[in-house]
Amino acid sequence: MRTILMTCLLALTLWQGLLWLTGMPPFLLPSPRAVLDALWLNRAEIAHAALFTGTEVLAGFAIGSTLGASLAVLMAASRRVTGVLHPLLTFSQTIPIFALAPILTLWLGYGMAPKIAMTVLIVFFPVASAFLDGLLRTPQAALDLAQVMGASRWRVMRHLRIPAALPGLATGLRLAAVYAPIGAVIGEWVGGARGLGALMIHANGRMKTDLVFAALLVLSVLTISFAKTVALVLRRLLARYGG
Amino acid sequence: MTEAAHIRGRAWVGDQPLFDSVDLTLRAAEWTCLLGPSGVGKSTILRLIAGLETGVRFEGHAKASQPVALMAQDAGLIGWLDVRSNVTLGARLRGELADTARADRLIAAVGLSDRAAHLPARLSGGQRQRVALARTLFEDRPLVLLDEPFSALDARTRTGMQDLAAGLLRDRSVLLVTHDPAEAARLGDRIVLLTSAGLQDQPLPGPRIPGQARPYDAPQVLQTQAALLRRMLAA
Repeated sequence: MRTILMTCLLALTLWQGLLWLTGMPPFLLPSPRAVLDALWLNRAEIAHAALFTGTEVLAGFAIGSTLGASLAVLMAASRRVTGVLHPLLTFSQTIPIFALAPILTLWLGYGMAPKIAMTVLIVFFPVASAFLDGLLRTPQAALDLAQVMGASRWRVMRHLRIPAALPGLATGLRLAAVYAPIGAVIGEWVGGARGLGALMIHANGRMKTDLVFAALLVLSVLTISFAKTVALVLRRLLARYGG
Repeated sequence: MTEAAHIRGRAWVGDQPLFDSVDLTLRAAEWTCLLGPSGVGKSTILRLIAGLETGVRFEGHAKASQPVALMAQDAGLIGWLDVRSNVTLGARLRGELADTARADRLIAAVGLSDRAAHLPARLSGGQRQRVALARTLFEDRPLVLLDEPFSALDARTRTGMQDLAAGLLRDRSVLLVTHDPAEAARLGDRIVLLTSAGLQDQPLPGPRIPGQARPYDAPQVLQTQAALLRRMLAA
């Protein structure tokens, strides 16, 4: 806690110092005080937007993780599936997510759906690849035993490979939790009038830089709290599995 | 004498021959010790009999005539399962209901009753191998394949494990793969030396009392141990 406070203090000092040194006008770089004022004045609007973005992040994270984890199990279960899906998976990551946002908005409209879809796209890859990596690294001694014991492939998956890969899944989920809000915010930038991303774009257009910074601050806090919560829950749940 | 398993053939690692025309029949209800230095393919023979992946090219035939249980140097305990669940792992993997009362009797037989609810991370190396032994017994298969199960243990723990295993695996067909002449001299009803020249039956230090390892300090056992080592060095 003390280090966090120190870091915040240092950042604020640097920020204020930069203002004093360069004399930048407030519409380019607002003072910390101005940002706090903007945050307070627009608290209802910002809270509303944060709730909207937070919902998208949660939904996208849940759907994306489920998809990514299922895909990893499917790929670990069958080499043929992996042969087909792995290049596709890699290919999907070569498309800049920014390029997809307008298309998704075109397909899914201006509501929450395209933002959730963006989040899903960002979340599922780290989850799938980290989990798959774990699923392919089951200790050979355990697999040998299972074979001699006469286990079916599915039971080996359920009782050995999946539990042994849970620390990998946790790594993927922790990464995904940090990235998830990026997907939602990019979606909001491209289309729609709600959420923190939309708020930032509009405030930026009206040169209300203090409001942009206030929204950014809330987004950061949201992301950090979400990532920390996910990490904490995972640590509690997976202590037994070495996660 | 009924046959527990049989293997005949040759094996290559890439283009290099691993062993040449091996022919080994395991007799039922008898301990066969397959002795040899590292890298001659002892474990490969065991894995071929078990039907496991070996990574070598094998030409010939390997078959266990009895259902098999396996215990290896790596105890292969499941880290997230407690001792009791590790012992009953086979039942879970076959989708059967685990007989926990029988598991508890076996855990008691290996002297770990007070550890039944512990995770493997809290056990010593010797205790882990005792859990592995209980798990092997829980499988209740007539043919037991032991792949250097005691070689990572210190001398004192190893001697204790040999006594324990000899008692608990009484009346079963056992293939014990080992690089330790002393272990072979204590436990073998038949000792077979594997070298690059092939398999050779070795003389025994006299008969073994069923269910017991031979005394480690009996003169005959020590002589056999020395003779085995001499042949391993000569090969």
